[in-house]
Amino acid sequence: MTKHHTIVTTVENKPGVLARVAGLFARRGFNIESLAVAPTDDEAFSRITFVVDVESAPLEQVVKQLDKLINVVEIVELDPTESVALELLMIKIEAQDPSGLAELIESFEATILEERGNHFLVTMTDDSVRLDDFEERLRPFGIAEVQRTGKVALRSLDAPER
Amino acid sequence: MKIDGGRALIRSLEAEGVEVMFGLPGGAILPVYDPIIDSSIRHILVRHEQGAGHMAEGYAHATGRPGVVMVTSGPAATNVVTPLCDAYLDSVPLVCITGQVPYAAIGTDAFQECDTTGITMSVTKHNFLVSEAADIPQVIHDAFHIATTGRPGPVLVDIPKDIVDPNNPNSALDWYEPTGHALPGYHPQLDGDPADVAAAVDLLLASERPVIYAGGGILKARAAESLREFAELTNIHVVTTLMARGAFPDDHALALGMPGMHGNYTAVTAMQEADLLIALGSRFDDRVTGKVDGFAPDAKIIHVDIDPAELGKVRLAQAAITGDAKRVIDQLIAELRRRGESGADTSAWKAKLSGWQERYPLTYEQSEPGELLKPQYVVEQLRDHSPEDTIMTSGVGQHQMFASQYWTFRHPYTWVNSGGLGTMGFSIPAAIGAKVGMPDRTVWSIDGDGCFQMTAQELVTASMEKIPIKVALLNNAYLGMVRQWQEMFYEERFSEVHLSHDLPDYVGWAKSMGCEALRVESPEEVAPAIEKANDINDRPVVLEFRTDPREKVFPMVASGQTNSEIMVHPSQDQPGAS
Ligand SMILES: Cc1ncc(C[n+]2csc(CCOP(=O)(O)OP(=O)(O)O)c2C)c(N)n1
Ligand SMILES: [Mg+2]
Repeated sequence: MTKHHTIVTTVENKPGVLARVAGLFARRGFNIESLAVAPTDDEAFSRITFVVDVESAPLEQVVKQLDKLINVVEIVELDPTESVALELLMIKIEAQDPSGLAELIESFEATILEERGNHFLVTMTDDSVRLDDFEERLRPFGIAEVQRTGKVALRSLDAPER
Repeated sequence: MKIDGGRALIRSLEAEGVEVMFGLPGGAILPVYDPIIDSSIRHILVRHEQGAGHMAEGYAHATGRPGVVMVTSGPAATNVVTPLCDAYLDSVPLVCITGQVPYAAIGTDAFQECDTTGITMSVTKHNFLVSEAADIPQVIHDAFHIATTGRPGPVLVDIPKDIVDPNNPNSALDWYEPTGHALPGYHPQLDGDPADVAAAVDLLLASERPVIYAGGGILKARAAESLREFAELTNIHVVTTLMARGAFPDDHALALGMPGMHGNYTAVTAMQEADLLIALGSRFDDRVTGKVDGFAPDAKIIHVDIDPAELGKVRLAQAAITGDAKRVIDQLIAELRRRGESGADTSAWKAKLSGWQERYPLTYEQSEPGELLKPQYVVEQLRDHSPEDTIMTSGVGQHQMFASQYWTFRHPYTWVNSGGLGTMGFSIPAAIGAKVGMPDRTVWSIDGDGCFQMTAQELVTASMEKIPIKVALLNNAYLGMVRQWQEMFYEERFSEVHLSHDLPDYVGWAKSMGCEALRVESPEEVAPAIEKANDINDRPVVLEFRTDPREKVFPMVASGQTNSEIMVHPSQDQPGAS
């Protein structure tokens, strides 16, 4: 886990901005673990949240190279201990025997979106460790399909001022 | 005032102070070529778009002003990729305008469509695809700003045909002069952090074996005078990298010359044995460091660069300062003066340096009567028989290294070459661009026979446009630098490196392109031929020197070796083997 770092960038909403960022990672040999792109409250800007594998390159180089992109306006590295990070999981289960499934879903505070006989479409939003755990526990029931988003994160209210 | 996009584009260039641009028209850019007829901007029509790019680079290197290129879409855009990459690696300010298919046709594989912004994304500092005519003045203003500020570099502006074509209603806009920049993510930092400057001065005062490692950033920041003041104040010797030749006078008592793979022994070894390297606008390129793990093992590092991403990229610095080289050097000088200090006592170190200089000067053996010319001799003669402020451009290969080694650079902006990308064919078009920018100066292009054959057609451009450059073609009948590697590292197995002394007939070819041309084969003809060439100012001149293909560039640090394993000229005692 400590090899992974979350970087939240604010970028101008300009054509090709995602290609610039992705191209930079490819060209400089940085590995992206996950990536999430979404609009912000200001329509001129979007937010790209990455998780990078910092074994592949020093984090400082990743940040400095990103900062050189003209369309990148702000970069914040989030320390896992000072931020709240969430990821969304959607999972389709085709259970032979669904006994215990409802209890499991409830204990993880996940939500059943659809239910057709023994087939379930379930969603959960949490940190990646809990999602991994949930997915593992569902496996014996019969997973048909999984979809996860990249991580998004914000600094915690309790994080010290900088 | 209503205006069409094409006219707005030319007007925007005029508003940026553009006096000359280099290019070649075609379908997608046609509407922008029409208003050029009525513009004050001189357009130089090239024979190949790569030439336009290198001319713009030569112009920018020599003048400090951004070079401007204009070409059409598709194949023309791909033809400028090499000079864009060259300019990117050597931080040369360029603005390149490319035509594009009409906006609505983008993505349909239209005739001469290519994804120009996609292709050039990784070889430009930034690029733009303009979607509306009304954006043209602002984008051009932003493009020049980005190209010329911070770490300079090439910026490309891709312009769909419909927004510049007066027959299309989309092309109409209300003319305006942009007043500022809307670039919220672009804020180059110019002044060094005072705490870092103070830390650097602490290191400097504690050092016993300091060396200033001056790079191309000195020239980009126009910091040559500050560098000299700093070196003289601190009494610290200076190496000038291939990109910084001329940034510090070679005939100065503190000059050590060029370091790196083909640097002189003293420059290479001084860096290697230093206890402090003061890197100013240099980036620890592998051609300078040799094997990084074994580079300057005892040295602490002060690293000054306008691009913070260079700091710590290759070598960790004990004092890392983001800022413009000139401003930071001036800050360092001010801090030293404030403390009433100039530098540490380095007399033992100086004795060592002068001992090396005496023991290992650059050297070569003169040709015997009847033998082919020595390329080093030709460069020495050029140096001795050309005006002092001659601008020298170079191709890539042995001739480039001989030029850098044997020329005595006394002034900044007199050396124009392709360092980072090492682009064969750079020399002739770069010389044309430099001469256009500095018409009163003598401009010599040193070129190899391999390089010459890549871009010689631009001599037609030079003749037509009356740009009287001079070319010293060192014809050794080989891709000489590759031949050298094959001789030294592939047991003399020469694979695909032989060209020919006689084919093509360089003199005949040069004459057919409107140049004066001479072939020079013996040492006593060299100086008179150069004198003659220097007197011709109404057309380009090509001097073809028949040089010895067996000549190798020394010293040399073989690829993958540390700088301690430098090989000097075979006529000298190899260091270490006493
Ligand atoms: C476009 C390009 N292709 C290939 C190379 C590899 N290369 C480097 S030097 C060199 C030989 C250059 O030959 P020439 O121009 O005759 O110069 P010489 O070394 O003989 O002085 C080659 C092929 C290069 N640098 N650039
Ligand atoms: Mg050659």
